[in-house]
Amino acid sequence: MELYQLTIHEAWELLRKKEISSVELTESVLRRIEETDDKIRAYLKVTPDLALQQAREADERRAAGDDTPLLGVPMAIKDVITTKGIETTAASKILEGYVPPYDATVTGKIREAGAVILGKTNLDEFAMGWSTENSGYFVTHNPWDLDRVPGGSSGGNAAALAADETIGSLGTDTGGSVRQPASFCNVVGLRPSYGRVSRYGVIAFASSLDQVGPMTKDVRDAAILLNYIAGRDPKDSTSVDVPVPDYTAALDADIKGMKVGLPKEYFVEGMDPGVEKAIREAISTLEELGAEVREVSLPHTKYGVPVYYLVAPAEASANLARYDGIRYGLSIPGEDVWDSYEKTRGAGFGDEVRRRILLGTYALSAGYYDAYYLKAQKVRTLIKKDFEDALDKVDVIVGPTIPMIAFKIGQFSEDPTAMYLTDILSLPNALAGLPAISVPAGFSEGMPVGMQIMAKPFQEEVVLHVAYAFEQATEWRKFKPPLDAKAQEVKQ
Amino acid sequence: MALTVKDVEHIASLAKISLTEEEKEMFSHQLTVILGYAAELQEVDTDDIPPTATVLPVRNVMRDDVPEPSLTQEEVLANAPDPVEGFFRVKSILGRPS
Repeated sequence: MELYQLTIHEAWELLRKKEISSVELTESVLRRIEETDDKIRAYLKVTPDLALQQAREADERRAAGDDTPLLGVPMAIKDVITTKGIETTAASKILEGYVPPYDATVTGKIREAGAVILGKTNLDEFAMGWSTENSGYFVTHNPWDLDRVPGGSSGGNAAALAADETIGSLGTDTGGSVRQPASFCNVVGLRPSYGRVSRYGVIAFASSLDQVGPMTKDVRDAAILLNYIAGRDPKDSTSVDVPVPDYTAALDADIKGMKVGLPKEYFVEGMDPGVEKAIREAISTLEELGAEVREVSLPHTKYGVPVYYLVAPAEASANLARYDGIRYGLSIPGEDVWDSYEKTRGAGFGDEVRRRILLGTYALSAGYYDAYYLKAQKVRTLIKKDFEDALDKVDVIVGPTIPMIAFKIGQFSEDPTAMYLTDILSLPNALAGLPAISVPAGFSEGMPVGMQIMAKPFQEEVVLHVAYAFEQATEWRKFKPPLDAKAQEVKQ
Repeated sequence: MALTVKDVEHIASLAKISLTEEEKEMFSHQLTVILGYAAELQEVDTDDIPPTATVLPVRNVMRDDVPEPSLTQEEVLANAPDPVEGFFRVKSILGRPS
């Protein structure tokens, strides 16, 4: 067992017993990154000097008696989360060279906890996309099959975790960006309730949807990270004043009598049969564990896609108006101020970002606001109500995280809008602000399949409880990618 | 609802993004497709349904008006493309009808 293969909680055990030092652990992961990342390309930037310095400081703190789960543990941070003094680009050319003068609240929290920052991971530009192909820099490869995408937008995180290029990580989820890559790469991705975690310092995409989420090798690690990052932040007025329990106390393998809802709308026509088979077997596992599975209905599920593709781009068009080349980032001079803005933004933003800004601008513009944006916000109310009604009858709702396995790089290059239809199962609950997790649930054609578990707002404990019970009753998290180009048949 | 190149030009000027002629063509097709999905929403009855702007029941979160230290001028100007004597220099704003 190599040190880079450890989880956060396993590393903590060894660190507290002084069997390893943070420097040794960090060096192991840095070597792994050096050996592997030219194939995977999970990282936009690796910060080895900083990491080793933080590792030394952590070892000193530990020698002085400090002993907490993240102290000295190497972490990767999605490059849409600002890190003071470390270039942060949101994987966009428009922020190339931008060095934030402040930390995001979540970054500050893990620094204070003594975590070691390995670097910034790749993403779809401004978190817009499902494959990491929209990165303004390069594509990340799925460690399970290098010809396939790791998912997105937090594809760098998922790939790094799967390839053991980090011990833990922080990603962000707006419409599925933590959960879908977790599903594609056989790792855990938790999307907290909207308002559970501060968005201060998180480069904004859609303000009513963005959330920071832990992406980890197992459920316990996700609970550990959530303990650190959850909570009210005076700098983010959308972070809610709800007490933060010890999420690791929710990790109980007993789910006897829990009611699990299976939405009839979630087994979509044309869904990958291998994915369906894996999920149905996962649900049988929940039944074997004593859960009561029953059918529920979420009738407005299919409207999740059109609602999201009006609401999120509209919010993005407002949030991305700040990139004008005046205070930071790419700045292309034009004939006058307007021309400078147009040239800078035309050159600095990639296609997907420009597509979404144009769409959002249109949906909000005079004459179209009512038919598009306002209508979408009303249907959003109905989507939210579907979940409220269903979650009155069951404790959690489960289903596939995404009805397919990771697709090939370039598969949607002819028609990028077709990719919009792939994420129908992760959009509705994001629109409703629910906590949701994706856990490894099997394989189809050698590629990972994730199961999604969601609960009422601020019931992350319930989500983690069911996820943990399922995880402990299965072995999926122990499978590791072979790191070559052919998808391997995984022995079950 | 098909978007024309002229529509895209108008939206692009609102969003302050310059596009090539090919890009205007491409986006007019792609946006038309996406707006086609959005048209499905018309079949949903939303007559007495209030819009959801945020899923949280919070409104107007206030704090006491107490000043706190913030970033220094130096820190703020560190990423500026054209800082001058503690200012961000911009091109003149008046002088072109917008």
